[in-house]
Amino acid sequence: MRSLLWLPALGLALFLGFLATGRVKYPVLSIVIFLPIAGALLLLLLKREHERLTKISALVLSTAVFLLCLPLYVDFDKSTPYMQFVEKHAWIPAFNINYAVGIDGISVLFVLLSALLTILCVAVSWNAINDKVKEFYASLLLLEGSMIGVFSSIDLFLFYIFWEAMLIPMFIIIGVWGGPNRIYAAIKFFLFTLIGSLLMLIGIIVLFFYTGHSFDMPRMMTSSYPYNLQVILFWAFFSAFAVKVPMVPVHTWLPDAHTEAPTAGSVILAGILIKMGAYGFLRINMPFFPEATKAMAPAMMVLSVIAIIYGAVICLGQTDFKRLIAYSSVSHMGFVTLGIFALNVQGIQGGILQMINHGIVTGALFLCVGIVYERTHTRLITDYGGAATPLPVYAGLFMIFTLASMGLPGTNGFVGEFLILVGGFTASKMLGTLAATGIILGAAYMLRLYQNVFFVGINPRLMGMPDVNEREILTLAPLVILVFWIGFYPNAFLGFMDASVQHLIERVSTTVPQLSQQSGGMMR
Amino acid sequence: MNIPLPYLTPVVPELILSLVASGLLLVELFTRRKALMGYVSLATAGLTLYVLPMSQGETFGGMFISDNYSTYFKLIFLINVILIVLVSLKYMAKTDTDYGEYYSLVLFSTVGMMLMASAKNLIVLYLGLELMALSTYILTGINRHDVKSNEAALKYFLLGAFSSALLLFGMSLLYGITASTDIYQIASFLKVGEVTPVLLVSIIFVIVAFAFKIAAAPFHMWAPDVYEGAPTAVAAFLSVGPKAAGFAVIGRVFYIAFGSVQTDWTAVFIGISILTMAVGNILAIVQVNIKRMLAYSSIAHAGYALLGVIAGTSEGLSAMMVYLLIYAFMNIGAFAIVILLDNGEEISQYAGLAKSHPVAAAMMLVFMFSLTGIPPTAGFIGKFNLFVAVVHAGYTWLVIIAVLFSVISAFYYLRVIMNMYMRPATHEASITSSPSLWLALIVTVVAVLAIGILPSIVLTGSSLCWQ
Repeated sequence: MRSLLWLPALGLALFLGFLATGRVKYPVLSIVIFLPIAGALLLLLLKREHERLTKISALVLSTAVFLLCLPLYVDFDKSTPYMQFVEKHAWIPAFNINYAVGIDGISVLFVLLSALLTILCVAVSWNAINDKVKEFYASLLLLEGSMIGVFSSIDLFLFYIFWEAMLIPMFIIIGVWGGPNRIYAAIKFFLFTLIGSLLMLIGIIVLFFYTGHSFDMPRMMTSSYPYNLQVILFWAFFSAFAVKVPMVPVHTWLPDAHTEAPTAGSVILAGILIKMGAYGFLRINMPFFPEATKAMAPAMMVLSVIAIIYGAVICLGQTDFKRLIAYSSVSHMGFVTLGIFALNVQGIQGGILQMINHGIVTGALFLCVGIVYERTHTRLITDYGGAATPLPVYAGLFMIFTLASMGLPGTNGFVGEFLILVGGFTASKMLGTLAATGIILGAAYMLRLYQNVFFVGINPRLMGMPDVNEREILTLAPLVILVFWIGFYPNAFLGFMDASVQHLIERVSTTVPQLSQQSGGMMR
Repeated sequence: MNIPLPYLTPVVPELILSLVASGLLLVELFTRRKALMGYVSLATAGLTLYVLPMSQGETFGGMFISDNYSTYFKLIFLINVILIVLVSLKYMAKTDTDYGEYYSLVLFSTVGMMLMASAKNLIVLYLGLELMALSTYILTGINRHDVKSNEAALKYFLLGAFSSALLLFGMSLLYGITASTDIYQIASFLKVGEVTPVLLVSIIFVIVAFAFKIAAAPFHMWAPDVYEGAPTAVAAFLSVGPKAAGFAVIGRVFYIAFGSVQTDWTAVFIGISILTMAVGNILAIVQVNIKRMLAYSSIAHAGYALLGVIAGTSEGLSAMMVYLLIYAFMNIGAFAIVILLDNGEEISQYAGLAKSHPVAAAMMLVFMFSLTGIPPTAGFIGKFNLFVAVVHAGYTWLVIIAVLFSVISAFYYLRVIMNMYMRPATHEASITSSPSLWLALIVTVVAVLAIGILPSIVLTGSSLCWQ
C-alpha cells in the first residue's frame, strides 16, 4: 500500500506546481463530470484478473478528479452570487435544451465534497470488495460523475438526467455488494426515489412551458410564475426532494438502504446523495417559487422538527450499528431543512454548512463502522463492548466523530447546528426550542453508542484484533482535519456562500409584498 | 385495349419487397442453405431502405400515398425486418425451424404493414392489414412440431379474424354514411355532417379492431399467449411491426378521417390508454416467463404510445412515432438477449448471468433501464418527448397516471436486473451466439445509448413528418 502513495503525491505536486505558475485554464466542470464517467468505462474494459490495476486506476482517477476540482476552490469569486465557471453548448435544439453547467456559492462546496468522499470510498473498499471488483469501481466513478453533474447543472433537463442517471449505479452498488437484505433495500430505494423523481419530471415539463419553452435555470430564478402554479410545482419538486432528504414520512427507504449498502455506498448515500434533496430545495424550490416557499415554509419547518425528534428517538432504540447512524441522518437532515426553511441568512448558511458537516461526520462514522465490520462481520452493537482496549487509536478517532456528530463546540457540528438554531429561533421560538431538544437526544444516543461499543464489558472476540492500519488512518485523516478546520474557522467555508445566500434571501423576501397582494387576490 | 401502367415510383419499396419475397418462395425449393435467404432478405431490406426516401407521391388513383408520415413508419418496419432477420439466422437453425418461407413471410408481412402506413383508402388499408395478419399467423405457428406454437397460431388467427370482421363491419357502416372509402373524402363528408349514432358505432368498431392490433386492453388477451408460444424471434417481430402498423393507421384514420369528431374518439382512447397501462404494468409483475413479461410490457408501452394519439396535436403524433422507433430498438434488443440464451425463458434462469456472461448481462441491463425510462437511455427520451406533447395538449393529469404506472413498471424490469446481478447462479447459463446476433445486439444497444445521449438524432427528423 505504501508503495502506492507516491502516485497521488506526485500528481498533487505537479498540479500545485501548475496552479502556482500558470493558472491552468480548462473547462473545470465538464472535466470533473466526464473524467470519472470515461474512467468508469475504461475500467470496465480491463481484464477481470487485474484487480490491483483496477483499484490503483480508480484511486488515481478519483484523486485526479479531486485535484482537477481545486480551481473551483482557488479561483472561486466569493463576491458574486451568480453562476461561475459557466459552460454552455446547444444540446437538443428541438426542446431548446442546452448542456449548461456552472456553480455558485451554494453548489461549490458540494462538488468538492463529492470529489473528496469518492477518494475515501475507493480507499475504504480496497480490501472490503473482492467480488466483481471492476464493476464496483466503475459504478463508484459513474456515481461520482453524475453527482457532480447534479450539483453543477444549470439546465433543468440536464439536472434531471444526472439526477436519474445516478440511480443506476447506486442501485447496483446496494444490490450487488450489500448486506443480506440488499435486494429488498435496493429495490425500495429505487422505487421510492423514482416515484418522486417522475413527479418532478412532470413539474419540469410544466415549468418548461411557463418559462417560454426553456429549461434555463438562471432564467427560471428570475421569472415570476402565478401563485397557484407555484404551489403546485412546489409540491411536484418537493416530492422528489423530500424523498431524497429524506423527510418524514417518506424516509423509510433510508434505514434499509444505509444499513444494507456496502461501506462505500453508505458513505456516498449519507455524504452526498441525501444532500441533493436539500440542495434541490435551495437550488429550485426557493428561487423558482419564492412566494410558494414563503407560504409553505411553516409546514416544512414543522415536518423538519418532527424528523429531528422522531429520528433521534428511534436512534435510542437501535441495536444495529449502521441503522443507528442511518436514523441519526434522518434527525440531522431535519436540522438542515429546518435551517433552510427558516428563510433567513443564519438558517440557510447553517443548513448548507450542516449538510457539508453531516457529509463529513456521517461519512466518517460509516467509514469507521466499515473498518470494524471488515474485522468482525457483525453490525450488532451488543457484539462489541470494550473495543477501546484492543483498538485504542480507532476509539480515539471514533470519539472525534461522535463529538462532532453531537455538535460539541470546537467541532464542525457545533457551528452548523448553532447557526440553524439561531435561524430557527428567529423564525419561530417554539420550533426552535423543540429542535434544540434534538441536540440533547443526539448526545444521548451517540454517547450510549460510544459507551456500549468501546467501554462496557469486554468481548473476548475482540481481543487481539489489529488496530487501524495506515490506509485506514489516511482515509479518516482528511475528515478529522475538516472537522476541526470548520469547527475553529468556519468562515473559510461560510465565505463561499455569503453572496449567494444573501441573493437567495433577497429573492424570497422581496416577494413578500407581492405575496400579500397576489395570494390575497387568489384566495378570494 | 390499352391499359396504362400506373405511376409506380411511390410503390417501389413495396414492389421490391414483394418481388423478392415471391422469388424467395421459389428459390426455397431448390436450395438447402436457408441462411442464404436470410442474407437475401437483409440485402433487400437494405435496398428498400435506400430507395425509401426517393419514393414520394400518390398513385393508384389516390388510393396509395407515400408521404413523410408513411416513410417514417416504413423506416421503423424496415429496421424491424433487418434486426429480426439478424436475430433469426442462428435461432431458426437452432430450433429446427429454418424453413425457407420464414423469411418470405417476414417480408410479405412487412409489405402489408407498409401498405397500411400508406393507405389513403380503406380498401387498401384492409388489404395491407390482411396481408400482414395472415403472414403473422403463419409465422406464429412456424414451429410445426411445437404444440404451444400451434396453439398460439390458432388463437392468434381466431381472434385476429374476429377483429378483422369487426373492422370490416365498421368500415361498411362508414361507407354507408359517407358513400366513400377514401379517407380524405370521408373527412370532408364528416366535417359538414352531424354526429349520428351510426357514425359512433362505426368509430367504436374501428377502434376495437385497431386496439386488437396494437394489443391495447381490453383487447390484449392474445398477446401473452402468442408471444409465449411463438418462436422468440417471431415474438420480437410481432411486438414491434404490427403494433407500429396499427399506430400508423390509427394516426391517419383518426386524425384525418375522424378529425372532425376528435372529442368523441379521444374520450374512448383515454379510457383504453389508462386501462392498457394498468393491465400491462400490473399483470407483468406476476409473470415468471420473460416472454410473457415482455408481452405485458409491450401492452403497457402501447398504452404510453396511445398518449401521443390522445394529445390530438401533430406534436403528439410525432412523439408517438419517435416512441415507436425507440421502442423497436429496446424491445428487439431485449428479445435478442432472450434468444442469445439457451435457456432464457424463465426470469429465474437469468440468475447469475452477470457473472457468467457479463457483456450480455450489461446489454440486458441497458434494455431494461431503457424500457423503464431511466436516463441516459433512449427509453427516457421517448417518454419525455411524449410527456411534453401530452402536457402541452393539456392532459397533465393523464401524464401523472402514466408516470405512476411507470414506477410500477420499474419493479418488473428491475427484477430481471436483480436476477442477473444480485442472485447467485442456480445453473450454468449457456449461450449460442452468432456474429449476426451480436451485430443485432450491438446495433440496438448503441442505438439505445446514442439516442439517449444525443436525442437530436431522432427528434429533429420526426417533427417535420406530419403536416
